[in-house]
Amino acid sequence: MSQLNRLARGGRIDRSRKLSFTFNGKRYQGHAGDTLASALLANGVDIVNRSFKYSRPRGIVAAGAEEPNAVVQLGKTEAGQVPNVRATQQALFDGLEARSTNGWPNVQRDMMSLVGKLGGKFMPPGFYYKTFMAPASMWMTYEKYIRKSAGLGRSPMESDPDIYDHLHQHCDVLVVGAGPAGLAAALAAARSGARVILVDEQEEMGGSLLDTRELLDDKPADQWVAEALKELAGLDNVTLLPRTTANGYHDHHFVTLHERRTEHLAETAPLKDGRRQVRSRMHRVRAGRVVLATGAHERPLVYANNDVPGNLLAGAVSTYVRRYGVVPGKRLVLSTSNDHAYRAALDWLESGHEVVAIADARANPDGELVEQARARGIRILPGSAVIEAKGENRVSGARVAKVDLDGFRVAGAAETLDCDTIASSGGYSPVIHLASHTGGRPTWRDDIFGFVPTLVKGVSAAGGAQGIYATGEVLADGVEAGRQAATEAGFSAASVSLPEVAVRRDGAAVGLFQVPHEKPTLRAPKQFVDLQNDVTAAGIEVATREGFESIEHVKRYTAMGFGTDQGKLGNINGMAIAARLLGRSIPEVGTTVFRPNYTPVTFGAIVGRHCRELFDPERYTAMHQWHVEHGAEFEDVGQWKRPWYFPRKVNGKTETMHEAVARECLAVREAVGILDASTLGKIDIQGPDAREFLGRVYTNKWAKLAPGRVRYGLMCKDDGMVFDDGTTSCLGENHFLMTTTSGGAATVLEWLELWHQTEWPELDVYFTSVTDHWATMTVTGPEARKLMAELTDIDLDKDAFKFMDWREGSVAGVPARVFRISFTGELAYEINVQANYALHVWEKLFAHGEKYGLTPYGTETMHVLRAEKGFIIAGQDTDGSVTPEDLGMQWAVGYDKPFSWIGQRALTRPDTARTDRKQLVGLKPRDAKVVLEEGAQIVFDPNHAIPMPMVGHVTSSYYSPTLDSGFALAVVKGGQQKMGETVYLPMADGQVHEAEIVSPIFLDPKGERQNV
Amino acid sequence: MFYIHCPYCGELREEEEFHPKGQAHIVRPADPAACSDDEWGDYLFFRDNPRGIHHELWVHAVGCRKFFNITRHTVTYEILETYKMGEQPRFTAEHPEGRPSQDGVDPASLREGVRA
Amino acid sequence: MSNVATFDTRTEAKIPVESPLAYSYRRSGAPAPTGKSRVVLRERPFLGHLILRGGAIVLDEAVRQVLGVSLPGEPQGLVHDADGERSIQWLSPDEWLVIVPGGEEFELENRLRAALGDAHFAISNAGGGQTLVELEGEAARELLMKSVIYDVHPSHFPVGKGVTTVFAKTTVILRRPAEDRWELVVRRSFADYTYRWLLDAGEEYGIGVER
Repeated sequence: MSQLNRLARGGRIDRSRKLSFTFNGKRYQGHAGDTLASALLANGVDIVNRSFKYSRPRGIVAAGAEEPNAVVQLGKTEAGQVPNVRATQQALFDGLEARSTNGWPNVQRDMMSLVGKLGGKFMPPGFYYKTFMAPASMWMTYEKYIRKSAGLGRSPMESDPDIYDHLHQHCDVLVVGAGPAGLAAALAAARSGARVILVDEQEEMGGSLLDTRELLDDKPADQWVAEALKELAGLDNVTLLPRTTANGYHDHHFVTLHERRTEHLAETAPLKDGRRQVRSRMHRVRAGRVVLATGAHERPLVYANNDVPGNLLAGAVSTYVRRYGVVPGKRLVLSTSNDHAYRAALDWLESGHEVVAIADARANPDGELVEQARARGIRILPGSAVIEAKGENRVSGARVAKVDLDGFRVAGAAETLDCDTIASSGGYSPVIHLASHTGGRPTWRDDIFGFVPTLVKGVSAAGGAQGIYATGEVLADGVEAGRQAATEAGFSAASVSLPEVAVRRDGAAVGLFQVPHEKPTLRAPKQFVDLQNDVTAAGIEVATREGFESIEHVKRYTAMGFGTDQGKLGNINGMAIAARLLGRSIPEVGTTVFRPNYTPVTFGAIVGRHCRELFDPERYTAMHQWHVEHGAEFEDVGQWKRPWYFPRKVNGKTETMHEAVARECLAVREAVGILDASTLGKIDIQGPDAREFLGRVYTNKWAKLAPGRVRYGLMCKDDGMVFDDGTTSCLGENHFLMTTTSGGAATVLEWLELWHQTEWPELDVYFTSVTDHWATMTVTGPEARKLMAELTDIDLDKDAFKFMDWREGSVAGVPARVFRISFTGELAYEINVQANYALHVWEKLFAHGEKYGLTPYGTETMHVLRAEKGFIIAGQDTDGSVTPEDLGMQWAVGYDKPFSWIGQRALTRPDTARTDRKQLVGLKPRDAKVVLEEGAQIVFDPNHAIPMPMVGHVTSSYYSPTLDSGFALAVVKGGQQKMGETVYLPMADGQVHEAEIVSPIFLDPKGERQNV
Repeated sequence: MFYIHCPYCGELREEEEFHPKGQAHIVRPADPAACSDDEWGDYLFFRDNPRGIHHELWVHAVGCRKFFNITRHTVTYEILETYKMGEQPRFTAEHPEGRPSQDGVDPASLREGVRA
Repeated sequence: MSNVATFDTRTEAKIPVESPLAYSYRRSGAPAPTGKSRVVLRERPFLGHLILRGGAIVLDEAVRQVLGVSLPGEPQGLVHDADGERSIQWLSPDEWLVIVPGGEEFELENRLRAALGDAHFAISNAGGGQTLVELEGEAARELLMKSVIYDVHPSHFPVGKGVTTVFAKTTVILRRPAEDRWELVVRRSFADYTYRWLLDAGEEYGIGVER
């Protein structure tokens, strides 16, 4: 198919480079420099989509980010699918494949359009809320149906082959937008020496200067653009980011930029120098000052059938003609409220096509451009507007009539003009989205019929973004903004000489939003306000009639400005309509707030490199490789990868977890096992007040712990609730080594620092994390002493090295500290060596341990063994609502310590002192085969009517191979006084388990095994 | 994402390096045993939630690990000042534009590192 | 302070040692640098790392006496001795990181303790818990921009500066000892993550690993 709308000359495309692409399965050709939108228009493709709600045919309206209709699904391959791409922002590349987002079976012949035609009556605003409200249980079904027919684009079902990343940027001045204001601002800031980032969302920088009719220094404007960019590119302190959208403006000038690095080249990033390259990149910019030079979006007029393909923005017509060498039709009617839009007619005319007429809403248009049009013989209809477009799949005519703006009525007979294109302009809306993200409510200005941004400190707007539109003024405003930003950032102002731009005399514009029709709005053909969300003027009228008066409510009721569109074209028109209906001014109905992101961002760019094996850090101990080589299954404990259990192959069959854990448990109880305990937090505490400090943060006493001894301690918050526990060893009179839970290491260190720095700075003590310095291995079981004796010079005699002692010496030739503490209830030695030696020591233990049956065990076995002994895990058996007394650990509470330690006072508060609090107990299932579910709720009376009063829950539950029975720890209301009583655990499947409340210590209650 | 001036590091750092720790200037009663249950409950659980100027305790967790205070406007999110432990804020609800210097407590007279 | 237990965790005996990156080399490999490598990674394992706590005035004289350099009292300061083998870095107003050739740290700790006498201070050995990773090459700075949130522009991060900051989803101590060289002090348990991150992010620059 030939490019029937392509001009022979002109535009910034490269006619020597032909690119082929397909749209909805049909093959077309375009040129390098095209966007997908300009190429589609060049090929005469009118319908690019079906509308969201009414399924009406839709064509391209705009030429930039504000395009509401040409939102396509990109991708040839499944993995390469990208939804929600604006065809106006997608550079054409050879082999590009795109499809319409909506439309089934295709956009030309759509099944849903029938619904749409009827839908005028059947799909009023609030349709979804009203129609699909009941029954609530059906909502999921409705939603699926709505989404399928509405077609919001689809995500790929295969893994993305591309790579993405983030770049942390810092600059003195960030300039958003590289049109005349942005370029001037960047030049001014850059010449002062500031670090400048200039970002622009388009393929080429230059903005409106790339298609303006105006001359700069009597030369085409793009020459000045090229010179400016050349200078900026040559400066070390400037970073130029084309194809990059500033999508979100966050606190304290943190701006996220989305750079599309290879999207203009191919569907998946091509290799560069044989290496993968990043497809898109998120720049996370912390800027000192920000200049928003984001320009303005033209506002379409709201007239009947203004959505039929062939209705375009006036400025978009100019852009397609001048920048892309495409005339999207043959016969143009322009409907305008201002002078500036006349350039569309002049550009159209100069491309050799017919301008049928210009309907100008003003009674006496008389600006320079108007005079030029008149001089070229274009028919100008003053005081008039297009009130209705004719045609179904393409504009076939425009009904034009005199309009009475004040009376909001058609003031004369309508004339139907034969045309295939209607361009409209209702003026310009400054692009205030980014400023809006910072929380500033925009201010309405009657002189420009638009909102200008309210700016927080450190941000300025320049040019169109604050309602300055004349090119010469825009350039000057940009220089001023750039200079001011650089000065505020601490640089001295540099001079920028501006090019000469002829001053154009423009006539005053009028405020025109919705165009009146002969019929009342509710009966006239649809007049669209928000094309992407299918919101009409009638819809807004219905909303106001139903009592929605705030524009925020109207928005939510009608869906105006929702989704990826964010109200770029429609919001102001919608507000103006609501204001007229409510008899208020536009600022009185409110302003509207735009949210990030300005345009859609792919998940790839958001995620960056934080995916797959780099999704989250995996922390390894020094013995990790040994665990991998010995077939360990791993469990995540915080970010640590800890061996969970070590399944063996028995007769070619791999053990189940149950089998492995049973074997590991028995090995520890009957012979000797070894656990990698390196993940425990370790804090080195030094200072003359270390002991006093411990006494304040632990519940128990530390005054008399002698060097060489170890003590278990509980830590509470000041509300009396346990939050961590561990052992602390006295290394010297002023020197302690504290251990914390694996997950609590960083929290506990911060906790100690909090109290030291904010409450007790007078205490002389320092805390330093040594978690990673030491590798820890626990050798435990009746045979542990024999094994240790083969490898250490430490005197292991049971009286020389007692339970809760620590000693230093060497193990396997390596300097080691050995602690006789036990989390299994068995004889145990916890060996600490500098981590670089750890693998050697670990392997030596196995070389000597085989004859004793040394068995590696993981966290699951550790849990079973400790639970058999009633040892708690902070964070599993406690949940921030459990006191030491609830745990039955009064033995670890120093009630008579001189200093009121953290948590002590709270223990006597009425709620904390209740006797019917949930207390830790053991549960013995009546059926020994049952392993209760962790988290299962407990009741006293299973026959109680539902809802049954729940009196506690299971915190830990396992099968014990030693007891050959299931057993559990649980918290039960008043449980410590209910030993021997029966509780019930009703399960989701209808079963009710029975269990007896018992002591939480299931094995060796006197602790004889660990004391040998 | 805030940009926070750490008074100990002497420079602005990204929010990711910090942890917020709640309202500033909450003093643990010197003699908890002498507190009524209500007084202790107030100390434990009750915090201000002003619309406007607020003093917050933060810690430069990934950095110097020091605790310090921030005066922040809860509507604009503007950070008016950061100050070390033991120092008093210049910006308060009574003095939103900053306390005149002669009116203030001399920070140097306070014990270094004391929260109140 | 005799009330503190010092302990030499190293031995002169011939014991096999594993650096924090030993597992990573075996698991992820170590692409050799080529002429096209715009950044090179190099681990300097088994150095002596000490954490020094105390007031600057208390510590300064002892450090000068024992190490021959003055304590960097200003935030983010990093100083080296004359031959560049020993360094001391400001971590916080009362915390410094001392890195010396492996094997010197225990003697250094003892000499510092002797020099400091009864003053209030603390010294903790951290050598088994962290390793030093160097990045060198023209793309080193951009690689760091992908990884750390801190501003590494030369105007903001001159030679002689060091900070603790966020690296991807973990933390590092980042230092700039020379124009063209950066150092990352990485915690042992996060070393593999950090290494894999650097290899992945450095692919674009043809990263090579010197061993």
